[in-house]
Amino acid sequence: MKALRDLFTAREGQALIAVAVLISAVLLSVTDKYLLLVLTQVLIWALLGLAWNLIGGYAGQMSFGHAAFFGVGAYCVAAGYAYANISPWIGLVVAALMGGLAALVIGAITLRLRGHYFALAMLAYPMALLYVFEWAGLQEVTMPMRDSQGWTVLQFSDPRWFGMLALAAVLVVSSLTFWIERSRHGLCLAAVREDEAAAQASGVNVFAVKLRAMVLSGAIAAVAGGLYAAMMLIVTPRAVFGMFVSAQAIIVCLFGGVATFWGPLIGASVLVPMSEWLTANFGSSLPGIQGVMYGAAIIAVVLFAKEGLYWRISDALARRWGVGSKRKKVGESPECSTRGEDEPVSRSEAEAPPGNDDRVILDVKGLGRAFGGVVAVADFNITVRKGAIHGLIGPNGAGKTTAFNLINGFVRPDKGSVILDGIDATGNAPEVLCARGVGRTFQTPRAFRRLSVRDNVRVGALTQTRSDDDARDLTEHALGLAGLSEAEADQLASSASVLQLRLMEIARALAGRPSLLMLDETLAGLGREDLPRVVAAIKGIAASGVTILIIEHTMHVVASIVDELTVLDHGRVIANGQPDLVLQMPEVIESYLGKKWMLHAA
Amino acid sequence: MTLVDFFQTLITGVLVGAPYALMCIGLGLIFGVMRVVNFAQGEFVMLGSYGAFFIATHLGVQAVGGSASVAILAGVLAGPLVFCLAWWLHWALVGRVTGSAHAANDNHSSQVLITLGISLVLQDGGLILFGSSPRSVPNTLATESFEWGELLINKAQVVSFFLSLCVAILMSQWLLRSQSGKALRAAAGNPRAATFIGIDVVHAHRIAFALGAGISAIAGGLIASRQAFTPYVGLEYVMIMYAGVILGGLGSLTGAFIGGLSMALVQQLSTLVLPHQLQTALVFVIFLGLILLRPQGIFGRSVDRI
Repeated sequence: MKALRDLFTAREGQALIAVAVLISAVLLSVTDKYLLLVLTQVLIWALLGLAWNLIGGYAGQMSFGHAAFFGVGAYCVAAGYAYANISPWIGLVVAALMGGLAALVIGAITLRLRGHYFALAMLAYPMALLYVFEWAGLQEVTMPMRDSQGWTVLQFSDPRWFGMLALAAVLVVSSLTFWIERSRHGLCLAAVREDEAAAQASGVNVFAVKLRAMVLSGAIAAVAGGLYAAMMLIVTPRAVFGMFVSAQAIIVCLFGGVATFWGPLIGASVLVPMSEWLTANFGSSLPGIQGVMYGAAIIAVVLFAKEGLYWRISDALARRWGVGSKRKKVGESPECSTRGEDEPVSRSEAEAPPGNDDRVILDVKGLGRAFGGVVAVADFNITVRKGAIHGLIGPNGAGKTTAFNLINGFVRPDKGSVILDGIDATGNAPEVLCARGVGRTFQTPRAFRRLSVRDNVRVGALTQTRSDDDARDLTEHALGLAGLSEAEADQLASSASVLQLRLMEIARALAGRPSLLMLDETLAGLGREDLPRVVAAIKGIAASGVTILIIEHTMHVVASIVDELTVLDHGRVIANGQPDLVLQMPEVIESYLGKKWMLHAA
Repeated sequence: MTLVDFFQTLITGVLVGAPYALMCIGLGLIFGVMRVVNFAQGEFVMLGSYGAFFIATHLGVQAVGGSASVAILAGVLAGPLVFCLAWWLHWALVGRVTGSAHAANDNHSSQVLITLGISLVLQDGGLILFGSSPRSVPNTLATESFEWGELLINKAQVVSFFLSLCVAILMSQWLLRSQSGKALRAAAGNPRAATFIGIDVVHAHRIAFALGAGISAIAGGLIASRQAFTPYVGLEYVMIMYAGVILGGLGSLTGAFIGGLSMALVQQLSTLVLPHQLQTALVFVIFLGLILLRPQGIFGRSVDRI
């Protein structure tokens, strides 16, 4: 209900309603049959574009096979009516269900693939279906005309009603998209699109998020196909499963703007009339002009307006007027008081945090992993006590990050065990581990670049609570603990400094309320003057009772903050114990500086 | 299905398989070096077929020799034409969104999309230029056969088989031995390191793209005398090519050759048991099965790291 209120109060929602009113006014005032057909086509292709947008735009999974769902929907309506006398009204519902089901099956087996493998695989589904439908004798399904009471089978005496129906569908899906964009689902989708690994580490079940978007997308695409069938009254495999349908879904969305519901609307209203006009005027002499135009449009968009017209225009407006763009680009504000520094954080507090007993939080035994012939981690053992700051050091290539990935579930161990809080967690997926209270940061910060720093952190909070208010509180608390100011939190992650990204990653992990925080070279790449701020944040976090396992190279910092130190070399633990003692052990010095140095020293 | 049918199909499969394998080498070269999924590869094959058709029928090459040698020569000559076109396409369009500067932050979407756009333009531009009626290159050899017991061995297929083998061998020798071939392999193996030792990676990509397109076009030219083609034929070849390349393991040219040959065999053998529409569907299903179950290929290692 709140979403519905948003639709009427938010500026974008009001704009959407205004556009809908405008389109319906145009629809109702048009009497020319051809014009009406073009308008209705605009709406149907916009609907397909909106469907594609959910998976291709918001979730960032380039699907080249939406014709599969479109075609399934078209055949549900057409064949259902022609062979089983099922009213297309019901047919549309069946289409949505079947489209969703097809997307569930296709998504479940295909979404595991990444990048171009996913794109290629998606291309094959409609192609295979095309030939199967031809073979099955469905080369041409014609929906019989009905003379009386046509409206019961979607054959309106006045074609304007059909246009209004398509408009209603577009409006419903746009509002749905509007709502998703603002909801936690939208944030999860954006996180998945921007960086799957970081989303996983923040507790997002990436596969489930993608699959959900896929099913919804498939259902909507099938409804678009069903409407197409009801409008054309004739369905052929090539018309609904052909490459052109998939391409058109991509193009209208990409041209208008990805990841905004305006995109498909803009794209379809520009491109569909243009292609109709070209076909009407030049179609007989230049039969492929439509495809050439769509191809040229896609090339132009990729080269000149990467995310589509909408973003291009809104960015240009934002530059000129300083408003209008949805991408918040907040400049550096002069008074950026860092709340982290306001809080008194000291070592003495860290020594007596609540629950700092000797109970073990993480117990790793004999962990090992080889990549081909390269043994990255041979035999990794570590015991992290609750409430401690535990350091993990070792020369480059010692296997520190791999050890993190093994504990964290990004890489499956060949052998060994990970016991978390007394319960086995070996090989658990990152998001499962996150839910069990393990947060982590990455060696090179992995930000969701096009989200604000605050939204980056909010992704971490979402998996912790069902309530948006709680998520907001968690986010603000985490931002405070990491010592990020309001102004810093408002800026886009892509414009944040390395220092801010490091703190953001810590905050994002903290928002998931971890009991164990794993920091991977958090101080790397920072200037000397930035170090105190991050060190203060780390100490403050430890003081609040979170156990910390940190990989670090900066020795004097390591020595000053950790309670216990483990040294890794060539995939094996070579030393473990109190930092000052460990750092004086000959084998540790040798592993860092080499044998020669040892001789010199002696 | 008799035993003779089976062996006849097997022989045809191997003979037809060689140009298919050549196509796969073209695609494998582009993917191996640039790590870009090229949707327009099928259109390069299509353009090769049309190139051969127009050289054979329009440019007066008929005066040079009988129609058999003309058809064959035309098939090979189509390659350089498409090479030039692809060179220009890379310079004007593809090169702007590919290469090491774009690969990291992009999730490959603009690269795939731009080849999709090129594919649409070439397909439908082909429809405008060439019309929709199916064509084939006239070749007297296409109707002649060697007889071997009950088996018939089509002469045109034998010629295209050997020519494909020649081009494939030339290609691999060039890659292995020549200076520019080595530069290409270096650029494929590690673009950054290649840059450090003074290899122009963009140039290497351009060569790979144009050469890959040209080689696929020669294959298209060679099969043009036996298989009829339309401007829309590319999409079917693209699937066969990707299936072949993935089967052989992405990034390996030998693998691509074997993969292409295997796909042709499978397709030919399927004519014995499946109705026409399902033969094409089978290619897509095999392709899907491969990519889902063994994307690293039967022989190859995975090249897609996180």
